[in-house]
Amino acid sequence: MLEVSNLACARGDHQLFSGLSFSLEAGELMQVQGENGSGKTSLLRTLCGFMQPIAGEIRWRGQNIHELDESYYAEMVYLGHLNAIKDELNALENLHISAGLSGCAVDEQAALSALRRMGLRRREHLPVKVLSQGQRRRVALSRLLVGNAHLWILDEPLTALDVGAVGLMQELIGEHLSKGGMVIFTTHQPLQVAGVQTRQLVLS
Amino acid sequence: MTRCANATGAVTSKLSLFGLFGLVIRRDLLLAMRRRADVLTTLVFFVMVVSLFPLGVGPEMDMLRKMAPGVVWVAALLASMLSLGRMFSADYLDGTLEQMLLAPQSLSMLVLGKIVAHWMLSGLPLVLIAPVLGLQFDMPAQALWVLILVLLLGTPILSMIGAIGAALTLGLRGGGVLVSLLVLPLCIPVLIFGTGAVEAVNTGMTIVPHVALLGALLLLALVFTPWVTAQALRISME
Repeated sequence: MLEVSNLACARGDHQLFSGLSFSLEAGELMQVQGENGSGKTSLLRTLCGFMQPIAGEIRWRGQNIHELDESYYAEMVYLGHLNAIKDELNALENLHISAGLSGCAVDEQAALSALRRMGLRRREHLPVKVLSQGQRRRVALSRLLVGNAHLWILDEPLTALDVGAVGLMQELIGEHLSKGGMVIFTTHQPLQVAGVQTRQLVLS
Repeated sequence: MTRCANATGAVTSKLSLFGLFGLVIRRDLLLAMRRRADVLTTLVFFVMVVSLFPLGVGPEMDMLRKMAPGVVWVAALLASMLSLGRMFSADYLDGTLEQMLLAPQSLSMLVLGKIVAHWMLSGLPLVLIAPVLGLQFDMPAQALWVLILVLLLGTPILSMIGAIGAALTLGLRGGGVLVSLLVLPLCIPVLIFGTGAVEAVNTGMTIVPHVALLGALLLLALVFTPWVTAQALRISME
């Protein structure tokens, strides 16, 4: 489904990686590994189309993502280092907005159940600025639950999460994969999903 | 309507282009309601600048009447510069802008939503308060109506041109000064026709050409600026 061929990326004059090829099929989980500064985030941002690769091609269902544009974006969700949530709004409002930006209108009940699943019961109506870092991350992650994307691109999804939330993430990723979804992520923490072989991609 | 089932098993409906447009406007207005000081800054600045002129220049009615349209327009121009820096920067810093770029709808439409919200928060209040300020300059009622009309046509153009500048200077240090340097020269036509219309009605001439040109500028800006801003945002996000 997602094919990357001969990809090369640069940040300014500094070449991060080149000749990178891999493909990701439905139900597969891939972890991008590498030292700090090896280009993990740049790879994920290139997959999102934020950055232009200096060489190579990224194809989704056989077509270049820059030609697909909006129909590719409808099938993917990206969670970066930044949470993309507003301090002034509460968790529920934030979820409504981020779901809306990804093209889906969620009803109140679906949004509430997603937040509760993420362990934010009784925090739904608090302004996000009073929540802890880990709870903010949970608000951002709840976006995964209300979308209908096939491809999840997660950049360090586990930062600031406690052990319970890491377990929950493993569970969510497992469910997503079992439904034929695919996940590509970076992390420095161990993340194992039961019954699924994690493919490794090492950037050097 | 397309339906999509998701991870929680809940059924959600797909958001249309106009649904998304409305969502962006509602979101920006809601955020402004929670941060009222930002909106008031623009308005208070506008009122202060315009009010200082009669005090500084002296109470000579003829002179005040003559300079009124120019003063109001220049103040409106400067006031709209004040809020430009905030147009995209908050969304840029917290990552929302990334998500906007990934929206499965036209980015130009999202940008237009943000421009409309920006105008409602920084342009519309100026239009509403301007007649009151015009009274300080002893402007006749007819001129006040024309002033409202041209401000109504002109301030959206300021927001639209400003959006391009704001998008281009996103993430730059000292972007605030740079944005003024970029945007102010482009706003000169709006200033000329805006003041021209009010002067025309004062001297008993027709305002039609000025208003028509402002309307044309507005349409032109409406067509091109959201798209240009969207491209500028993509460049800034690289």
